[in-house]
Amino acid sequence: MDESQVPQDQSRTYGGHQKLLYVKSDGGDYRAVTSSGWAVEEAATLAAVEELERLARESWLAANSGAVAPLQYHMYAQRMDIALLSKVTGLFQCRIRYHFKPHIFAKLSDELLTRYSNALGVDISALHQLPGEP
Amino acid sequence: MLQHQHAAHCESGVISSLLSHHGLPVSEPMALGLSNALAFAYLPFIKLNGQPLVAYRLPPRAIIKGLTKRLGVKVRYQTFRDPIKGTEALEAAVAEGQPVGLQTSVFWLPYFPEDMRFHFNAHNLIVYGKQDREFLVSDPVFESPVTIKSRDLLRARFAKGALAPKGMMYHLDSVPDNIDYVRVVPDAILKNWRVMTKAPLPIIGIRGIQYMAKKIANIDKGFSDDRSRKLYLGHIVRMQEEIGTGGAGFRFIYASFLQEAGKLLDDPTLLEASEMMTSTGDSLREFALSLAQLCRKNNDPVSGASTASKQLSACGEQEAEIWKLLASWAKQKH
Repeated sequence: MDESQVPQDQSRTYGGHQKLLYVKSDGGDYRAVTSSGWAVEEAATLAAVEELERLARESWLAANSGAVAPLQYHMYAQRMDIALLSKVTGLFQCRIRYHFKPHIFAKLSDELLTRYSNALGVDISALHQLPGEP
Repeated sequence: MLQHQHAAHCESGVISSLLSHHGLPVSEPMALGLSNALAFAYLPFIKLNGQPLVAYRLPPRAIIKGLTKRLGVKVRYQTFRDPIKGTEALEAAVAEGQPVGLQTSVFWLPYFPEDMRFHFNAHNLIVYGKQDREFLVSDPVFESPVTIKSRDLLRARFAKGALAPKGMMYHLDSVPDNIDYVRVVPDAILKNWRVMTKAPLPIIGIRGIQYMAKKIANIDKGFSDDRSRKLYLGHIVRMQEEIGTGGAGFRFIYASFLQEAGKLLDDPTLLEASEMMTSTGDSLREFALSLAQLCRKNNDPVSGASTASKQLSACGEQEAEIWKLLASWAKQKH
Protein backbone atom coordinates (compact mmCIF):
# COMPACT_ATOMS: atom_id res chain seq x y z
CA MET A 1 0.00 0.00 0.00
CA ASP A 2 1.23 3.48 -0.86
CA GLU A 3 1.12 6.25 1.69
CA SER A 4 -1.36 8.18 -0.46
CA GLN A 5 -3.82 5.24 -0.27
CA VAL A 6 -3.93 5.00 3.52
CA PRO A 7 -7.62 5.15 4.42
CA GLN A 8 -8.69 7.88 6.84
CA ASP A 9 -12.33 6.89 7.24
CA GLN A 10 -12.79 8.11 10.85
CA SER A 11 -14.12 4.71 11.93
CA ARG A 12 -16.34 4.96 14.96
CA THR A 13 -15.07 1.57 16.13
CA TYR A 14 -11.66 3.18 16.82
CA GLY A 15 -13.28 5.43 19.44
CA GLY A 16 -11.26 8.41 18.22
CA HIS A 17 -7.97 6.50 18.28
CA GLN A 18 -5.52 5.95 15.44
CA LYS A 19 -4.04 2.74 14.18
CA LEU A 20 -0.53 2.28 12.86
CA LEU A 21 -0.01 0.86 9.37
CA TYR A 22 3.20 0.11 7.50
CA VAL A 23 3.07 1.62 4.02
CA LYS A 24 5.37 2.78 1.26
CA SER A 25 6.27 6.43 1.04
CA ASP A 26 6.70 8.23 -2.30
CA GLY A 27 10.38 7.31 -2.39
CA GLY A 28 9.54 3.58 -2.01
CA ASP A 29 10.72 3.34 1.60
CA TYR A 30 8.51 1.67 4.15
CA ARG A 31 7.33 3.84 7.02
CA ALA A 32 4.69 3.74 9.73
CA VAL A 33 1.74 6.08 9.39
CA THR A 34 -1.47 6.42 11.38
CA SER A 35 -4.93 5.74 10.03
CA SER A 36 -8.21 6.90 11.53
CA GLY A 37 -9.95 3.82 10.16
CA TRP A 38 -11.01 1.85 7.11
CA ALA A 39 -14.69 1.51 6.20
CA VAL A 40 -14.21 -2.16 5.23
CA GLU A 41 -12.83 -3.05 8.66
CA GLU A 42 -15.36 -0.86 10.45
CA ALA A 43 -18.27 -2.64 8.76
CA ALA A 44 -16.88 -6.04 9.78
CA THR A 45 -16.34 -4.98 13.39
CA LEU A 46 -19.78 -3.42 13.63
CA ALA A 47 -21.40 -6.55 12.18
CA ALA A 48 -19.75 -8.61 14.93
CA VAL A 49 -20.79 -6.13 17.62
CA GLU A 50 -24.35 -6.01 16.27
CA GLU A 51 -24.54 -9.79 16.39
CA LEU A 52 -23.56 -9.72 20.07
CA GLU A 53 -26.08 -6.96 20.72
CA ARG A 54 -28.79 -8.90 18.90
CA LEU A 55 -28.17 -11.93 21.12
CA ALA A 56 -28.29 -9.74 24.24
CA ARG A 57 -31.49 -8.03 23.10
CA GLU A 58 -33.27 -11.31 22.31
CA SER A 59 -32.15 -12.71 25.63
CA TRP A 60 -33.38 -9.59 27.44
CA LEU A 61 -36.82 -10.01 25.88
CA ALA A 62 -36.91 -13.70 26.84
CA ALA A 63 -35.80 -12.93 30.39
CA ASN A 64 -38.26 -10.06 30.65
CA SER A 65 -41.11 -12.42 29.76
CA GLY A 66 -39.84 -14.93 32.34
CA ALA A 67 -38.88 -17.62 29.82
CA VAL A 68 -35.23 -17.57 30.81
CA ALA A 69 -33.18 -16.39 33.79
CA PRO A 70 -31.45 -12.98 33.62
CA LEU A 71 -28.15 -14.88 33.82
CA GLN A 72 -28.37 -15.58 30.10
CA TYR A 73 -28.83 -11.89 29.35
CA HIS A 74 -25.80 -10.97 31.49
CA MET A 75 -23.72 -13.54 29.65
CA TYR A 76 -24.51 -12.01 26.27
CA ALA A 77 -24.27 -8.47 27.60
CA GLN A 78 -20.70 -9.29 28.67
CA ARG A 79 -20.01 -10.51 25.11
CA MET A 80 -19.68 -14.14 26.12
CA ASP A 81 -21.37 -17.28 24.87
CA ILE A 82 -22.01 -20.59 26.62
CA ALA A 83 -18.72 -22.09 25.41
CA LEU A 84 -16.73 -19.22 26.88
CA LEU A 85 -18.75 -18.95 30.09
CA SER A 86 -18.21 -22.67 30.57
CA LYS A 87 -14.43 -22.24 30.22
CA VAL A 88 -14.33 -19.25 32.55
CA THR A 89 -16.52 -20.74 35.29
CA GLY A 90 -15.32 -24.32 34.90
CA LEU A 91 -18.95 -25.51 34.72
CA PHE A 92 -20.21 -27.85 32.01
CA GLN A 93 -22.23 -26.23 29.25
CA CYS A 94 -25.27 -28.39 29.94
CA ARG A 95 -25.17 -27.30 33.56
CA ILE A 96 -25.11 -23.64 32.57
CA ARG A 97 -28.06 -24.24 30.25
CA TYR A 98 -29.89 -25.85 33.17
CA HIS A 99 -29.17 -22.76 35.27
CA PHE A 100 -30.82 -20.61 32.61
CA LYS A 101 -34.19 -21.98 33.75
CA PRO A 102 -35.69 -19.27 35.97
CA HIS A 103 -36.93 -21.63 38.73
CA ILE A 104 -33.52 -23.36 38.88
CA PHE A 105 -31.61 -20.10 38.88
CA ALA A 106 -33.76 -18.80 41.77
CA LYS A 107 -32.50 -21.66 43.97
CA LEU A 108 -28.83 -21.44 43.00
CA SER A 109 -26.31 -21.73 45.84
CA ASP A 110 -24.18 -18.76 46.86
CA GLU A 111 -21.10 -20.66 45.73
CA LEU A 112 -22.40 -20.98 42.16
CA LEU A 113 -23.68 -17.42 42.13
CA THR A 114 -20.22 -16.21 43.17
CA ARG A 115 -18.67 -18.15 40.32
CA TYR A 116 -20.99 -16.53 37.80
CA SER A 117 -20.51 -13.14 39.42
CA ASN A 118 -16.71 -13.38 39.18
CA ALA A 119 -16.78 -14.69 35.62
CA LEU A 120 -19.08 -11.99 34.35
CA GLY A 121 -17.91 -9.11 36.51
CA VAL A 122 -21.51 -8.55 37.64
CA ASP A 123 -22.55 -8.29 41.32
CA ILE A 124 -24.63 -11.18 42.65
CA SER A 125 -27.60 -8.91 43.35
CA ALA A 126 -27.43 -7.56 39.79
CA LEU A 127 -27.32 -11.10 38.36
CA HIS A 128 -30.91 -11.60 39.47
CA GLN A 129 -32.11 -8.45 37.76
CA LEU A 130 -32.50 -7.07 34.28
CA PRO A 131 -31.58 -3.51 33.37
CA GLY A 132 -34.44 -1.25 32.26
CA GLU A 133 -33.68 -1.94 28.64
CA PRO A 134 -31.21 -4.17 26.72
CA MET B 1 11.61 6.27 31.91
CA LEU B 2 10.28 4.11 29.11
CA GLN B 3 9.70 5.90 25.81
CA HIS B 4 6.23 5.03 24.49
CA GLN B 5 6.23 3.61 20.95
CA HIS B 6 3.09 3.35 18.84
CA ALA B 7 3.00 0.00 17.03
CA ALA B 8 0.74 -1.91 14.69
CA HIS B 9 0.70 -5.09 16.75
CA CYS B 10 0.80 -5.54 20.51
CA GLU B 11 3.34 -8.34 20.87
CA SER B 12 5.91 -7.11 18.33
CA GLY B 13 5.34 -3.59 19.67
CA VAL B 14 6.00 -4.57 23.29
CA ILE B 15 9.20 -6.45 22.55
CA SER B 16 10.50 -3.75 20.19
CA SER B 17 9.83 -1.15 22.87
CA LEU B 18 11.45 -3.17 25.69
CA LEU B 19 14.55 -3.93 23.61
CA SER B 20 14.93 -0.27 22.66
CA HIS B 21 14.58 0.66 26.32
CA HIS B 22 17.45 -1.70 27.12
CA GLY B 23 19.69 -0.11 24.52
CA LEU B 24 19.12 -2.47 21.58
CA PRO B 25 16.91 -0.63 19.08
CA VAL B 26 14.90 -3.11 17.02
CA SER B 27 12.07 -1.82 14.84
CA GLU B 28 8.67 -3.49 15.04
CA PRO B 29 8.96 -5.01 11.53
CA MET B 30 12.46 -6.28 12.35
CA ALA B 31 11.09 -7.83 15.56
CA LEU B 32 8.37 -9.66 13.62
CA GLY B 33 10.74 -10.76 10.86
CA LEU B 34 13.44 -12.07 13.16
CA SER B 35 10.88 -13.97 15.22
CA ASN B 36 9.90 -15.97 12.10
CA ALA B 37 6.30 -15.59 13.25
CA LEU B 38 4.61 -14.75 9.95
CA ALA B 39 2.15 -17.51 9.25
CA PHE B 40 -1.29 -18.47 8.15
CA ALA B 41 -3.56 -20.85 10.00
CA TYR B 42 -7.22 -21.68 9.59
CA LEU B 43 -8.30 -23.44 12.77
CA PRO B 44 -11.95 -24.55 12.60
CA PHE B 45 -11.77 -26.31 15.99
CA ILE B 46 -10.85 -23.13 17.88
CA LYS B 47 -13.97 -20.99 18.01
CA LEU B 48 -14.22 -17.25 18.65
CA ASN B 49 -17.85 -16.42 19.25
CA GLY B 50 -18.71 -19.43 17.15
CA GLN B 51 -16.32 -18.56 14.29
CA PRO B 52 -13.09 -20.39 13.35
CA LEU B 53 -9.79 -18.84 14.36
CA VAL B 54 -7.94 -17.43 11.36
CA ALA B 55 -4.40 -16.44 12.29
CA TYR B 56 -1.83 -14.66 10.17
CA ARG B 57 1.03 -15.28 12.57
CA LEU B 58 2.27 -17.95 14.95
CA PRO B 59 0.41 -18.36 18.26
CA PRO B 60 0.64 -15.76 21.05
CA ARG B 61 4.05 -15.48 22.74
CA ALA B 62 5.80 -16.87 19.62
CA ILE B 63 6.97 -13.42 18.52
CA ILE B 64 8.65 -12.64 21.85
CA LYS B 65 10.01 -16.16 22.32
CA GLY B 66 11.22 -16.52 18.72
CA LEU B 67 12.89 -13.13 18.62
CA THR B 68 14.59 -13.21 22.02
CA LYS B 69 15.90 -16.71 21.45
CA ARG B 70 17.37 -15.76 18.09
CA LEU B 71 19.02 -12.61 19.46
CA GLY B 72 20.25 -14.18 22.68
CA VAL B 73 18.11 -11.92 24.87
CA LYS B 74 17.33 -13.40 28.28
CA VAL B 75 13.72 -12.95 29.34
CA ARG B 76 12.28 -13.81 32.71
CA TYR B 77 8.65 -14.95 32.60
CA GLN B 78 6.47 -15.30 35.67
CA THR B 79 2.93 -16.52 36.08
CA PHE B 80 0.96 -16.50 39.30
CA ARG B 81 -1.69 -18.73 40.77
CA ASP B 82 -2.54 -16.10 43.35
CA PRO B 83 -3.65 -12.70 41.98
CA ILE B 84 -2.43 -10.97 45.14
CA LYS B 85 1.10 -12.31 44.60
CA GLY B 86 0.87 -11.25 40.97
CA THR B 87 0.00 -7.71 41.98
CA GLU B 88 2.76 -7.58 44.59
CA ALA B 89 5.33 -8.73 42.04
CA LEU B 90 4.16 -6.03 39.63
CA GLU B 91 4.30 -3.37 42.33
CA ALA B 92 7.82 -4.44 43.26
CA ALA B 93 9.06 -4.35 39.66
CA VAL B 94 7.53 -0.94 39.11
CA ALA B 95 9.05 0.38 42.35
CA GLU B 96 12.48 -0.66 41.04
CA GLY B 97 11.83 1.29 37.86
CA GLN B 98 11.77 -1.90 35.80
CA PRO B 99 9.32 -1.77 32.86
CA VAL B 100 7.50 -5.09 32.58
CA GLY B 101 5.49 -6.73 29.86
CA LEU B 102 2.11 -8.19 30.79
CA GLN B 103 -0.25 -10.53 29.02
CA THR B 104 -3.86 -9.45 29.50
CA SER B 105 -7.39 -9.85 28.26
CA VAL B 106 -8.66 -7.13 25.93
CA PHE B 107 -12.23 -7.16 27.21
CA TRP B 108 -11.36 -6.03 30.72
CA LEU B 109 -9.21 -3.06 29.71
CA PRO B 110 -11.45 -0.01 30.22
CA TYR B 111 -9.37 2.24 27.98
CA PHE B 112 -10.15 0.13 24.90
CA PRO B 113 -12.83 1.50 22.56
CA GLU B 114 -16.16 -0.17 23.37
CA ASP B 115 -16.48 -1.71 19.90
CA MET B 116 -13.05 -3.34 20.16
CA ARG B 117 -13.61 -5.04 23.52
CA PHE B 118 -13.82 -8.73 22.76
CA HIS B 119 -12.78 -11.70 24.86
CA PHE B 120 -9.25 -12.17 23.64
CA ASN B 121 -6.72 -13.12 26.30
CA ALA B 122 -3.38 -12.68 24.58
CA HIS B 123 -3.00 -8.94 24.47
CA ASN B 124 0.39 -7.50 25.47
CA LEU B 125 1.21 -4.19 27.12
CA ILE B 126 3.95 -2.60 29.22
CA VAL B 127 3.54 -1.21 32.73
CA TYR B 128 6.27 1.31 33.48
CA GLY B 129 5.15 3.15 36.60
CA LYS B 130 2.50 3.94 39.15
CA GLN B 131 0.94 7.24 40.06
CA ASP B 132 -1.62 7.61 42.83
CA ARG B 133 -3.64 4.42 42.47
CA GLU B 134 -3.18 3.95 38.77
CA PHE B 135 -0.59 2.07 36.76
CA LEU B 136 1.09 3.86 33.89
CA VAL B 137 0.66 1.76 30.79
CA SER B 138 2.43 1.86 27.47
CA ASP B 139 -0.01 -0.06 25.28
CA PRO B 140 1.68 -0.21 21.89
CA VAL B 141 -1.50 -0.20 19.84
CA PHE B 142 -2.43 3.22 21.26
CA GLU B 143 -0.85 6.51 20.14
CA SER B 144 -0.10 7.68 23.69
CA PRO B 145 0.45 6.12 27.12
CA VAL B 146 -2.68 5.38 29.17
CA THR B 147 -3.45 4.66 32.81
CA ILE B 148 -5.43 1.88 34.45
CA LYS B 149 -6.80 1.33 37.94
CA SER B 150 -5.16 -1.43 39.90
CA ARG B 151 -8.32 -3.54 40.18
CA ASP B 152 -9.09 -3.25 36.44
CA LEU B 153 -5.59 -4.40 35.56
CA LEU B 154 -5.93 -7.27 38.01
CA ARG B 155 -9.07 -8.48 36.27
CA ALA B 156 -7.45 -8.20 32.84
CA ARG B 157 -4.36 -10.11 33.99
CA PHE B 158 -6.28 -12.93 35.61
CA ALA B 159 -9.06 -13.36 33.05
CA LYS B 160 -9.90 -17.00 32.44
CA GLY B 161 -10.74 -18.93 29.29
CA ALA B 162 -8.68 -19.79 26.20
CA LEU B 163 -5.08 -18.54 26.43
CA ALA B 164 -5.64 -17.42 30.02
CA PRO B 165 -2.73 -15.12 30.92
CA LYS B 166 -2.47 -16.32 34.56
CA GLY B 167 -0.98 -12.95 35.44
CA MET B 168 1.90 -13.48 33.02
CA MET B 169 4.59 -10.87 33.55
CA TYR B 170 7.98 -10.67 31.87
CA HIS B 171 11.04 -8.50 31.81
CA LEU B 172 14.37 -8.56 30.00
CA ASP B 173 17.24 -9.87 32.12
CA SER B 174 20.11 -9.33 29.71
CA VAL B 175 20.40 -7.93 26.22
CA PRO B 176 23.35 -8.35 23.80
CA ASP B 177 25.26 -5.28 22.57
CA ASN B 178 24.52 -5.79 18.91
CA ILE B 179 22.81 -8.01 16.35
CA ASP B 180 24.65 -10.14 13.81
CA TYR B 181 22.24 -9.50 10.93
CA VAL B 182 24.31 -11.52 8.46
CA ARG B 183 23.56 -14.60 10.53
CA VAL B 184 20.09 -13.99 11.97
CA VAL B 185 18.26 -12.72 8.87
CA PRO B 186 18.78 -15.84 6.71
CA ASP B 187 18.18 -18.00 9.76
CA ALA B 188 14.81 -16.37 10.51
CA ILE B 189 13.74 -16.42 6.86
CA LEU B 190 14.55 -20.09 6.48
CA LYS B 191 12.56 -20.95 9.62
CA ASN B 192 9.66 -18.87 8.38
CA TRP B 193 9.76 -20.64 5.03
CA ARG B 194 9.28 -23.90 6.93
CA VAL B 195 6.28 -22.44 8.78
CA MET B 196 4.67 -21.38 5.51
CA THR B 197 5.40 -24.46 3.43
CA LYS B 198 6.28 -27.45 5.59
CA ALA B 199 3.52 -27.68 8.19
CA PRO B 200 2.16 -31.20 8.53
CA LEU B 201 -1.47 -30.00 8.44
CA PRO B 202 -3.25 -28.75 5.29
CA ILE B 203 -4.77 -25.85 7.25
CA ILE B 204 -1.46 -24.15 8.01
CA GLY B 205 0.80 -22.06 5.78
CA ILE B 206 0.17 -21.65 2.08
CA ARG B 207 -1.96 -24.80 2.03
CA GLY B 208 -4.06 -23.15 4.72
CA ILE B 209 -4.65 -20.14 2.48
CA GLN B 210 -5.88 -22.45 -0.26
CA TYR B 211 -8.00 -24.33 2.26
CA MET B 212 -9.79 -21.13 3.30
CA ALA B 213 -10.18 -20.16 -0.38
CA LYS B 214 -12.00 -23.46 -0.91
CA LYS B 215 -14.21 -22.85 2.12
CA ILE B 216 -15.22 -19.50 0.66
CA ALA B 217 -15.89 -20.99 -2.78
CA ASN B 218 -18.21 -23.55 -1.14
CA ILE B 219 -20.06 -21.06 1.00
CA ASP B 220 -23.42 -22.19 -0.38
CA LYS B 221 -22.97 -25.35 1.69
CA GLY B 222 -22.74 -25.74 5.44
CA PHE B 223 -24.53 -22.54 6.45
CA SER B 224 -28.16 -22.23 7.43
CA ASP B 225 -28.78 -18.81 5.89
CA ASP B 226 -27.21 -15.71 4.35
CA ARG B 227 -26.98 -13.97 7.71
CA SER B 228 -24.61 -16.62 9.05
CA ARG B 229 -22.66 -16.60 5.76
CA LYS B 230 -22.17 -12.85 6.06
CA LEU B 231 -21.07 -13.17 9.69
CA TYR B 232 -18.48 -15.74 8.61
CA LEU B 233 -17.12 -13.59 5.78
CA GLY B 234 -17.07 -10.51 8.00
CA HIS B 235 -15.19 -12.50 10.60
CA ILE B 236 -12.45 -13.26 8.05
CA VAL B 237 -12.11 -9.53 7.33
CA ARG B 238 -11.78 -8.83 11.07
CA MET B 239 -9.13 -11.50 11.58
CA GLN B 240 -7.12 -10.06 8.70
CA GLU B 241 -7.51 -6.35 9.35
CA GLU B 242 -8.86 -5.51 12.77
CA ILE B 243 -6.69 -7.33 15.28
CA GLY B 244 -3.52 -5.20 15.07
CA THR B 245 -2.09 -6.78 11.96
CA GLY B 246 -0.70 -3.60 10.45
CA GLY B 247 -2.97 -4.22 7.46
CA ALA B 248 -3.35 -7.30 5.26
CA GLY B 249 -2.64 -9.84 7.97
CA PHE B 250 0.92 -8.74 8.83
CA ARG B 251 2.02 -8.89 5.17
CA PHE B 252 2.86 -5.16 5.08
CA ILE B 253 4.87 -5.40 8.31
CA TYR B 254 6.77 -8.35 6.87
CA ALA B 255 7.40 -6.49 3.61
CA SER B 256 8.80 -3.64 5.69
CA PHE B 257 11.08 -6.12 7.47
CA LEU B 258 12.32 -7.52 4.16
CA GLN B 259 13.10 -4.02 2.97
CA GLU B 260 14.91 -3.07 6.17
CA ALA B 261 16.93 -6.29 6.07
CA GLY B 262 17.64 -5.84 2.35
CA LYS B 263 19.07 -2.37 2.99
CA LEU B 264 21.12 -3.49 5.99
CA LEU B 265 22.66 -6.39 4.08
CA ASP B 266 22.69 -4.48 0.77
CA ASP B 267 20.85 -7.38 -0.85
CA PRO B 268 18.70 -6.97 -3.98
CA THR B 269 16.88 -10.30 -3.52
CA LEU B 270 15.38 -9.23 -0.20
CA LEU B 271 14.30 -5.92 -1.73
CA GLU B 272 12.64 -7.80 -4.58
CA ALA B 273 10.89 -10.12 -2.10
CA SER B 274 9.72 -7.04 -0.19
CA GLU B 275 8.13 -5.66 -3.38
CA MET B 276 6.39 -8.98 -3.96
CA MET B 277 5.17 -9.17 -0.38
CA THR B 278 3.75 -5.64 -0.67
CA SER B 279 1.88 -6.72 -3.75
CA THR B 280 0.43 -9.76 -1.90
CA GLY B 281 -0.62 -7.41 0.88
CA ASP B 282 -2.37 -5.15 -1.63
CA SER B 283 -4.18 -8.18 -3.07
CA LEU B 284 -5.27 -9.24 0.42
CA ARG B 285 -6.72 -5.77 1.00
CA GLU B 286 -8.67 -6.12 -2.26
CA PHE B 287 -9.85 -9.52 -1.11
CA ALA B 288 -11.10 -7.94 2.14
CA LEU B 289 -12.89 -5.29 0.11
CA SER B 290 -14.61 -7.99 -1.95
CA LEU B 291 -15.74 -9.79 1.21
CA ALA B 292 -17.07 -6.51 2.62
CA GLN B 293 -19.15 -6.04 -0.52
CA LEU B 294 -20.58 -9.55 -0.21
CA CYS B 295 -21.57 -8.72 3.38
CA ARG B 296 -23.51 -5.58 2.47
CA LYS B 297 -27.22 -5.47 3.07
CA ASN B 298 -29.29 -6.85 0.20
CA ASN B 299 -26.19 -8.36 -1.43
CA ASP B 300 -26.11 -12.07 -2.12
CA PRO B 301 -23.03 -13.55 -0.42
CA VAL B 302 -23.11 -16.74 -2.51
CA SER B 303 -22.93 -15.45 -6.08
CA GLY B 304 -19.80 -13.34 -5.60
CA ALA B 305 -17.99 -15.82 -3.40
CA SER B 306 -16.11 -17.58 -6.19
CA THR B 307 -14.49 -14.29 -7.26
CA ALA B 308 -13.34 -13.59 -3.70
CA SER B 309 -12.13 -17.17 -3.39
CA LYS B 310 -10.03 -16.80 -6.55
CA GLN B 311 -8.52 -13.57 -5.24
CA LEU B 312 -7.44 -15.32 -2.05
CA SER B 313 -6.15 -18.32 -3.95
CA ALA B 314 -4.03 -16.01 -6.11
CA CYS B 315 -2.58 -14.49 -2.92
CA GLY B 316 -1.61 -17.99 -1.83
CA GLU B 317 0.13 -18.64 -5.16
CA GLN B 318 1.95 -15.32 -4.92
CA GLU B 319 3.16 -16.18 -1.44
CA ALA B 320 4.35 -19.58 -2.64
CA GLU B 321 6.52 -17.76 -5.21
CA ILE B 322 7.91 -15.38 -2.58
CA TRP B 323 8.84 -18.19 -0.22
CA LYS B 324 10.50 -20.14 -3.00
CA LEU B 325 12.66 -17.10 -3.76
CA LEU B 326 13.39 -16.43 -0.09
CA ALA B 327 14.21 -20.05 0.70
CA SER B 328 16.77 -20.39 -2.10
CA TRP B 329 18.33 -17.09 -0.98
CA ALA B 330 18.45 -18.12 2.67
CA LYS B 331 19.89 -21.56 1.90
CA GLN B 332 22.78 -19.92 0.04
CA LYS B 333 23.53 -17.62 2.93
CA HIS B 334 23.03 -20.14 5.65
